[in-house]
Amino acid sequence: MGIGEVSGWDWLGARLHGVREWIDARFPMSKLFREHASEYYAPKNFNFWYYFGALALVVLIVQIVSGIFLTMNYKPSAEEAFASVEYIMRDVEWGWLIRYIHSTGASAFFVVIYLHMFRGLLYGSYRKPRELIWIFGMLIYLSLMAEAFFGYLLPWGQMSYWGATVIVSLFGAIPVIGEGLAEWIRGDFYISDITLNRFFALHVVALPLALVFLVVAHIMALHEVGSNNPDGIEIKDQKGDDGIHPIDGIPFHPYYTVKDLVGFIVFAIIFSAIVFFAPDMGGYFIEHANFEPADPLRTPEHIAPVWYFTPFYAILRAVPDKTFGVILMGLAVFLLFFLPWLDRSPVRSIRYKGWMTKLALGSFAVSFVALGYLGMQPATTVYTNLSRLFTVIYFLFFAAMPFYSRWDNTRPLPDRVRGHD
Amino acid sequence: MINADSLRLTVIGAVMALLVPALATAVTEGESQAIQPAHNYVGNVESLQRGAKYFVNYCLGCHSAKYVRYNRLAEDLGLSEEQLIENLMFTGERPYDAMTNAMPAEDAERWFGVAPPDLSLTARSEGVDYIYSYLKSFYLDDERPTGVNNRVLEASAMPHVLWELQGWQEAIFHEEQAADGGVNREFVRFEPVTQGVLSAEEYDRFVRDIANFLDYVSEPVQLERRNLGVLVILFLLVFLLFAWMLKKEYWKRVQ
Repeated sequence: MGIGEVSGWDWLGARLHGVREWIDARFPMSKLFREHASEYYAPKNFNFWYYFGALALVVLIVQIVSGIFLTMNYKPSAEEAFASVEYIMRDVEWGWLIRYIHSTGASAFFVVIYLHMFRGLLYGSYRKPRELIWIFGMLIYLSLMAEAFFGYLLPWGQMSYWGATVIVSLFGAIPVIGEGLAEWIRGDFYISDITLNRFFALHVVALPLALVFLVVAHIMALHEVGSNNPDGIEIKDQKGDDGIHPIDGIPFHPYYTVKDLVGFIVFAIIFSAIVFFAPDMGGYFIEHANFEPADPLRTPEHIAPVWYFTPFYAILRAVPDKTFGVILMGLAVFLLFFLPWLDRSPVRSIRYKGWMTKLALGSFAVSFVALGYLGMQPATTVYTNLSRLFTVIYFLFFAAMPFYSRWDNTRPLPDRVRGHD
Repeated sequence: MINADSLRLTVIGAVMALLVPALATAVTEGESQAIQPAHNYVGNVESLQRGAKYFVNYCLGCHSAKYVRYNRLAEDLGLSEEQLIENLMFTGERPYDAMTNAMPAEDAERWFGVAPPDLSLTARSEGVDYIYSYLKSFYLDDERPTGVNNRVLEASAMPHVLWELQGWQEAIFHEEQAADGGVNREFVRFEPVTQGVLSAEEYDRFVRDIANFLDYVSEPVQLERRNLGVLVILFLLVFLLFAWMLKKEYWKRVQ
């Protein structure tokens, strides 16, 4: 290596440093990086469950990028939508890959978000002072459900059409204003070209904007109060020798950027396995009936929403009265907002809680999965009764929380977090 | 990695999640066996070539495959343009045309009661086993206007187009007085009535080739997709090794 090359690198380094200073004098670039990465202190004991926040952000970006490319060839009209998706699948260069990434990404988003939320339940991440992080998170979850619902109509297959028909008709169950509201959402008396157009607008502009805004708010609130951890104790309570940085905290960058990179690659391997080997996941990610174009005159025998909505769909069907079913379904989501105030335990993390909380959380998780399964099945007597059982367990988790969380025997909290992996 | 509590929770959850469907399947057991597995393999190009030929000769008269282009077909099935024009294109289409058909939908509806569906995506909406079984399940039935019924799709509007190949068959039902006074009809087996041009094994292969072709047609990229997937995952595994080593290196400093 010649001397000239070394000084060439020095020259480049000096230039880049100059550019950075130029920007920093005008925009807080380095300051933002320090505050949110290189000097954001995160607890060192994050475990497996802590990958999913970063993964959710990755999936959001994947969805936005793949969505942009899909939009370039998709036609939001009842006449052309279905054929344009097949055009993407067959005639557009790499169109099939972009479409499968987007369709798999939708399901992956919910997998990741559900695990991320469950992490919050396990370690009490919603507890004071993180109530707003939780609420922003719940708003992200609601927006995501809306985003997924609008997006599902776009391929204009039989399930797109009839799924949307069923879900929009739920608004019709609201007393007095219901019918008018459902009509206002559709822009028509039934799901039509008008509906497809507005769902497209909401799917590609309105909700992605809302999602990005809420994700920023979610992360800003998190970085304001600092991350919780599997022990549920504040690392800020134990400062190091400098009196500023927590002893059990480590800079997010580089420690968690390199760790999350590992998690991301494992995720990417599973994601690729689905995209390349089972893109419709046996009908769970892309339903078989959606390969038939929408036909407003022919109702499919069995209408089931995609898997991520089925727990709530099962709750809806478990109730004999439609209006009450809709209310209960809404409540199933809405109650999650109140977790920070329903939980009265003196400790945050499941590690220091007693058998009551463990039983409650365990049966809640089981009932959620069971309802998810039952929501995909035809509503036979056996299934409906099972759905009712699990619906009761689901709501008991919330209704009884103020009591069992207080009565439960808790274990004493340690001063410092327990190790790391 | 995962602490004991959450691990226990996860395991209990997973066991329950597996149990519930198993329980439910046990309840719904005893579904009809009308649909038999096709045991086709989309990678079998010769089968696809035969299937394409059969499809063009026996199906395309009434059914379209309007999302499929002839030249894509030739490319994927290893056919030259001459072979394509000679074997698969009979009515003056151009190679980049899609596999539409000449039968007006209105006429079709008048003739059959329902327009024959486009078959581009049937293997994905109904399944390849469905197509395979459907084509083997026509049986004589005087009550139907076409003279045949189908065990897979009761009262299907489609006549038995392949009768010359398969021959006619009848369905033997086991009839039983039901508790409510009605009659329970349970399918027993098909019984050949006349011999077709093909033997039973030959017809089976013929139908499997068509089903295989329609499987390919429903997603032409599927062969390429799997091959690419192997490379992508191999790359990610190597990437994972380096990323993991990087993580180890950095985390050495964390007590």
